[in-house]
Amino acid sequence: MTKIVYLVPLFPLIGFLLNGLLRKNLSKSLAGIIGSGVILASFVVSLVIFLDVRKDGFEPVIVNLFDFIHAGGLSISFAFQVDQLSVLFMLIITGVGFLIHVYSTSYMHDESSLHFARYFSFLNLFVFSMLLLVMGANYVIMFIGWEGVGLCSYLLIGYWFKNIDYGNAAKKAFIMNRIGDLGFLIAMFWMIRQFGSVNFSDVFSKAPDTSTAVLTGITLLLFLGATGKSAQIPLYTWLPDAMAGPTPVSALIHAATMVTAGIYMIARSNIMYTLSPVTQTVVAVIGLATAILAATIAIKQNDIKKVLAYSTVSQLGYMFLGLGVGAYTGAVFHVMTHAFFKALLFLGAGSVIHAIHGEQDIRKMGGLKKYLPITHITFLLACLAIAGIPPFSGFFSKDEILAAAYEKNPVYYIVGIAGAMMTAFYMFRLYATTFLGNFRGSSEQKHSVHESPAAITIPLIILAILAVVGGLVGIPHVMRPESHLLGEYLSPVFAASAKIQGTQEVHASTEWMLMIVSAALALIVVIFAWSRFSKKPELEDPQGFGKVLANKWYVDELYDAIIVRPLNAFAKFLNNVLEKSIIDWIVNGVGRLVQYGSRQIRLLQSGQVGGYVLLMVIGVVILFVIQLFLKKM
Amino acid sequence: MPINYYIFLSIALFCVGMAGVLTRRNAIIIFMCIELMLNSVNLLLVAFSKMHYAALKTTNPNAGIDAQIFVFFIMVVAAAEVSVGLAIIAMMYRNTHSVDVNFLNRLKH
Repeated sequence: MTKIVYLVPLFPLIGFLLNGLLRKNLSKSLAGIIGSGVILASFVVSLVIFLDVRKDGFEPVIVNLFDFIHAGGLSISFAFQVDQLSVLFMLIITGVGFLIHVYSTSYMHDESSLHFARYFSFLNLFVFSMLLLVMGANYVIMFIGWEGVGLCSYLLIGYWFKNIDYGNAAKKAFIMNRIGDLGFLIAMFWMIRQFGSVNFSDVFSKAPDTSTAVLTGITLLLFLGATGKSAQIPLYTWLPDAMAGPTPVSALIHAATMVTAGIYMIARSNIMYTLSPVTQTVVAVIGLATAILAATIAIKQNDIKKVLAYSTVSQLGYMFLGLGVGAYTGAVFHVMTHAFFKALLFLGAGSVIHAIHGEQDIRKMGGLKKYLPITHITFLLACLAIAGIPPFSGFFSKDEILAAAYEKNPVYYIVGIAGAMMTAFYMFRLYATTFLGNFRGSSEQKHSVHESPAAITIPLIILAILAVVGGLVGIPHVMRPESHLLGEYLSPVFAASAKIQGTQEVHASTEWMLMIVSAALALIVVIFAWSRFSKKPELEDPQGFGKVLANKWYVDELYDAIIVRPLNAFAKFLNNVLEKSIIDWIVNGVGRLVQYGSRQIRLLQSGQVGGYVLLMVIGVVILFVIQLFLKKM
Repeated sequence: MPINYYIFLSIALFCVGMAGVLTRRNAIIIFMCIELMLNSVNLLLVAFSKMHYAALKTTNPNAGIDAQIFVFFIMVVAAAEVSVGLAIIAMMYRNTHSVDVNFLNRLKH
């Protein structure tokens, strides 16, 4: 069955072409059906393949489609790799992606049919690129998808391209990603030089015999790519600005596609990371720092989507912490649960924004509980999941990462717990300010607030179920032995790394302690935030330190001051000085020289027959001189 | 007579013709100078032909024939050219009442 794997990315590609080329003729409902249908088809195919792959003793299959690049000793084929990790990601991408597509058919209904079809074609292209990224059997195919999601994020963030700010946000996302991509590219060239191949199988089999320094260089460069795509320090600032796109796009970027690319890439290259401890430490520290930084910023944001955006950055930080401490399964597990609850949160936020006509400021919401019952319940479940309250999904995945972090270094654990508490705090600040208390919007909004239609609420309900029960595929061993289904499923992928790392199990009682501590702390914070913000929401502009947080630690301003402005000044210098005075001078000089020369040569055309004959004679004499004297030498 | 004499005479005739073409403005004189240059070449051809005939007549009875045939060709062509050229000059005189070639510089504009 794995032979039909090429169908998985083919369907979204067809959808993209149909919607993109026929966008002038398609009605809205047809565009929506094509857009969602192709993703559903991919999901079904992925599911069929998954049933095959999950059997015991499944060996990774490489499906070769055609020769892509053939130069010298280097041969890169367009091949897909079917194994446990790629199939899991395919399921997440197409599954969550499908729900987001269905949601979009209703959310985007106010757009004209031309733009509606354009939206769906971009969305399909996005899913297609992401599928290429996770299915490729070598780094080049992965890189095609990697660039594809970058392009699609640009197209979708700038979907309302008439708004200049949105266009700028799109450009920012694209450029930030390009910086990371450069690292990825250099890493690929290095791999070609070092291993003579970019196939996963070749690279990973040769990695153990390679010097640690080389591996550290390659992995650090790859990690630079991951920081761009997965929004980590120092390249995270594009993700919060990516809120400029329609809300379902944010959900797609944050949950199913794009930002998980970096996690996937590192999880895929796990053997190289395991072999270079320096990189692992860098990954863990960057991840942890991002988690804390983004969490502190999220505490003071008032835009519902901004809070969620920073929570994504923060959760991605946890995933990188997991990767850095060698808990690859935990990181992938958190990708999965995060896909469920973050998609749910974004779609819920979209439902709220939809209900009150585009208002995104939580200070003008409040009391939406009774107007939006389904959205409220699902949003609450997602908040509980992300806050890490047992038995919701986020608890299991976050706990697995934190336990592994404790095993590596207790400091990671303590900082991680602090971040988790902040997560619980800002999520319930958001929840309480939005849904509890009294409605603070205008009276017009109050009269027209309504629950969203079924196309919006059904995806919410499905995602809510997944967000609640999704964690049960990874129950820790101490609770019930042999029930970490995801861990067993993924174990072949991480087997080589596990062998190197060895298995030093945390003592069962310690692990129980860690779990109870994190759950209890999260619960306390949730109750505190709930009681505080439901009665008296924070409406004033923050002062003092809160202002620093509300302004995102002034990181954007810092980047502006140290990178953007010097670059602009340099560009201005090149424009005014170098171009005007040197390059223009050369170009104009060539023109002037030709004009001057031709004015002089024109005098030769006198119209006097004698003059022409004289020139002819001179020419003949010169030819004679050349023939008789110069040629002999 | 050594061949050098012929060559020098031919060069002298050619240079006279060339100088005439370059310096004179009267179309008929330019024309005659061109004829002079043609005839200097004819002279050279005949001279070489005779030289080769004298050297090779024992082995090859046809030695030097080609050059003499060439000379006749040139004379025929020159005669045709003269008739055309003189007709042009006659037309030119009829139009401008002059045979000065510098008068005809409209090609410039």
